[in-house]
This record gives sequence, C-alpha cells and structure tokens, in this order.
Amino acid sequence: MSALHDLSLRDAAMRVRRREVSAVELTRATLARIAATEPQVGAYLTVCGDEALAAAAAIDRRVAAGEDVGRLAGVPIALKDIICTAGVRTTAGSRILERFVPPYDATVTARLRNAGAVIVGKLNCDEFAMGSSTENSGVGTTRNPWDGTRVPGGSSGGSAAAVAARSCFGALGTDTGGSIRLPAAYCSVVGLKPTYGRVSRYGVMAYASSLDQVGPLARDVADAAVLFDAIAGHDAKDSTSSPRPSRALAGSLEGGVRGLRLGMPREYFVEGMQPDVERAVREAVRVLETAGASVESVSLPHSEYAIATYYLIATAEASSNLARYDGVRYGLRVAKPGSSVGEMYAGTRAAGLGAEVKRRIMLGTYALSAGYYDAYYLKALQVRTLIAQDFTKALAGCDALVAPIAPTTAFRLGEKTADPLTMYLSDIFTISVNLAGLPGMSVPCGFDGDGLPIGLQLIGKPFDEATLLRVAAAYEGSTEWRQRGPRL
Amino acid sequence: MAITRDEVRKVAALARLRLEPAEEERLTADLDHILDAFAKLRVLDTTGVPPARALAEPATPLRDDEVLNPPADDAVLANAPAREGRHFRVPKIIE
Repeated sequence: MSALHDLSLRDAAMRVRRREVSAVELTRATLARIAATEPQVGAYLTVCGDEALAAAAAIDRRVAAGEDVGRLAGVPIALKDIICTAGVRTTAGSRILERFVPPYDATVTARLRNAGAVIVGKLNCDEFAMGSSTENSGVGTTRNPWDGTRVPGGSSGGSAAAVAARSCFGALGTDTGGSIRLPAAYCSVVGLKPTYGRVSRYGVMAYASSLDQVGPLARDVADAAVLFDAIAGHDAKDSTSSPRPSRALAGSLEGGVRGLRLGMPREYFVEGMQPDVERAVREAVRVLETAGASVESVSLPHSEYAIATYYLIATAEASSNLARYDGVRYGLRVAKPGSSVGEMYAGTRAAGLGAEVKRRIMLGTYALSAGYYDAYYLKALQVRTLIAQDFTKALAGCDALVAPIAPTTAFRLGEKTADPLTMYLSDIFTISVNLAGLPGMSVPCGFDGDGLPIGLQLIGKPFDEATLLRVAAAYEGSTEWRQRGPRL
Repeated sequence: MAITRDEVRKVAALARLRLEPAEEERLTADLDHILDAFAKLRVLDTTGVPPARALAEPATPLRDDEVLNPPADDAVLANAPAREGRHFRVPKIIE
C-alpha cells in the first residue's frame, strides 16, 4: 500500500468516513510529510500541528458517533497565508503582519472546516499577493519542489509547492492576475481561479478588490472540484459574491469533450515563447481534438494592452486597500516617543512593507493622483472594457478557450528580481482573465527538456466552471502527467 | 522622463511612505521605466468606450441590519501595537 500522504483527497476523505483510517492518522502522516519535505521546499510559514490534531480528534469522535462530517472528512488542508484563520497567525507574507493573529475565520476557512477539513498550516506567498514568484515574501523563501534552484511561481507559491510536495492534500490560494494558475503550472498541480463573485473574499486580505478571487490548488481535477464545491456560493458578508446558486460539480466531471468547441487565442501563441511550452500546449490541444472537441482560432485583439491595464488598476486598488496598515489597530508600529501620528504612519509603513509592495502603492497612488487620473486610471478602465469585450466575442462561438499559462517554465530564483517589468511579463497570459472576471484553470500538460512542468490554461464563460472542470478532467484522463511527482 | 524625483517625493507623502534617499532614487527609475512601457495605452483610441464598472452582478444583495460580528474582545485588542486597558493607544493627534 502506498503511504497515506499519497492518497488523493477524495480517497482520504472516503477512508475517514468509512473508518478505515482516522483523521488523526491522516494528520500525523501529513505533519510527518511536512517535516520531511520542508527543509527542501519551504512552503509553510506556520504549521499548526496541535490545533490540527485537536480538530482531527474531534472529527474522529463525530465519525464514531455516526455523524456525516462532510466531503472533506478529516483531510489536512493548508491555506495561503492571506486567508484568515481564527487564533492562528496570518501574515500575508508581510513583516507588517508578522505577529497578526486574526480573531475570526475567513468564510472560505469556515466552509472548509464545515465540510470536515483539518487546517494544518499556512502557506507562503508574495507579500499581499503581489508577485509572480513568491520571492516578494517578507517572511520566508519557497523553492520549486521539482528544482530547488527555481521559483515555485506566485503569488500562491507556497500553496502550489505544498500540493506538489504532498505535504497537504489540497490548498487554497488567491488569484488577482494569475496567482493560482501560474504557480500551479510551475509546480505541476491543478489550479482553479473561479469566476469573479463565485467565492467569498470575506476574511481574505484585499490586494485589488475588483480582481481578487479565492480558489483551490489540488493534485488532480476531481480533488479541485471537491474543494471548489466546498467554498463556492453566496456569502452575505461579501457583497460582491454572487447570489446565483452554486451547483455541486464534483460528481459531474465525466461528460467528455465530444461536441465541445474550443478556441485558441492567436495572440497567446507568440514569438519568444519557450519552444517546449508551445509544443506541449499545442500537443494538449491535439489530445482534446482527438477526444472529440473541435478547435478553432479566435482573436483577443487587445491582449497587448493587458499588462499595462492590469498594473494600473490593480496598483490603484492596492494603494487604497493597503492604507489600513497604519500601525494603529494591528500589526507592526514604528514610532519614536513623541512622534506625530503622521510620522508613525510613514515610519511604520517604511519598516513593515517590502520593496515591491511600496512600488505598487506608489504606482497606484500616482495613477489616482490629481492630473494623472484621466490619463492612467480612467484610461485603464476603458481598456479593461475593451479586453472584456474581446473575451465576450471570442466565447460567443466557443465553449472555452485553450492557451498556455505562461511563456516559459519556472525561472531561477533571483532571475527576475532586478527588473520589476520583466517579472510582470510572467503574467501576460493570465491577467486578462481577471480583468474580464472569467473563470480560468491550469492543468499539468507536460515537462520541458529540463524536467520542469508546463501548464495548459482553460478559460471559460462567467460562472461556467463546470465546462472547465469537464474539459480538464477529459484531458487529464487521456494523459499520464499526474503520475509524475517531484523527487523529494 | 515620465516621472521626476520631485513627483516621487509628493506621491510618497500622499501614500504615507517614508523613503530613504536610495529608495527614492530606485523608485524614480523603476516608475519611470514602468510608466514608459505603459505609455502605449495612451495612444490607443478609447473615444466613447465606457470605463469598466464593478463586475459584481447588478443587484447588490441586501441583508438584515443586525450585528453578526462579535463585539471587540481580547482577541481583537491582543493585536494592538499599543494598548491601555481596553483602548488602542495612539500618538497625540490634537495639539
């Protein structure tokens, strides 16, 4: 029999429900796996072993009493450290929140617990989710489990790395411009960014509120569907969450792709892409064609404006959202005795925020400031309309779009830290999806010549996660990529 | 130059960020480089294009006006950088 940490999330939950394995055993196995892999990976910022074992014991008691404890019965799950957990520190990867202990659970945390999950720890990320490599974390360093000299991707790098290292059965991340999909691709796991409004952000630290969305990272498509089902749906505490009912999808992945129409955006197959990536993605499209989908070329003509549009809108929103980190109610405070409140704000933020966060606050403040608002922020909002319309037109004749996640595989630690713009370009194929508010997904689709993972991107119509999961399941079922794991 | 060092200083004051001289210099160069690359947006004709609005569905859901969060308790105050009894302590604001 394989080790407990190798079970799928679904198998693990089923065995707990059938009392073939206890939640405490699963949790102990996960804690042992964390201890074994963390020296190489560094995915976790906090491991809450005592709390997890207590929660697992409570699940076991309820199972023994004959209760239905939920679809995630006793399964150890970990969360990006931007998602609040009552009583367990939540840093957002920032020194300004290094000792912050939330007094409440985010809605997604509470929903996972209600479904029976055991929260086993908190995962590293770029500070306030701002980055594409997790190198902007002020709290820890995460390495790609496939190659320790490479980044795991970001900003949910710890989430992707932990799932790839099998040091949790599944994880949640957030995706503002690709932050679930990019690390999922770089680490060969499945990542789903749901439609804007599908999952509550209550208790999730805000970066750019018109773009942020929470979603699962998992070992396979069916596990991702189970996690998605657990967190999706309206939440009165997040007024941007959609009131439209969320249908459970985990049981309906088997439809196949016969008769589905898939569009390949011309602008996403461009010069300068790593040849192995282009080859793998085109081969994945052929696999879907062989399985019965029809594939046609579509155009997203405003793609070249997406990076500028995104980085103006996201930073403008961030400059406002991050005003709350002022040293008054929580987090770090830096103030000399007798200093004014203004000096306290400026000194606290200078000491507590990292270089990239300061850069984005500055860019956003500038884009919103008198004299520049129309030229930058308003202009970006207009182009956002054009980008969203491109997708509406392209998806009018298709069921979903297929594309690469990123132009290259995982780059080396330190390779892109000198030039912020080079780092921003890692998001070139993912950010438009956030600007348009659509669901997007990353599915492993092969490896490059150095053995580094490649991701296939699926993009769907609003609230049509069902089609994405169905296409992803059909693709995954026709290939063997998920049988491969990193050597740890 | 898309942005000057003087403008960077003004923006930093608006953003309540104290910058060291070296940071100021680096940020001026970075923002100049970024804004220069973003200048391509300005030449795109967007006459008559409405700015994107919030993506949330048109009807904002309403709920009853009742307190759902627990009142401030020790778990909230425990995060205070400085406190006095059940109060957050802050520097003097009014002279």
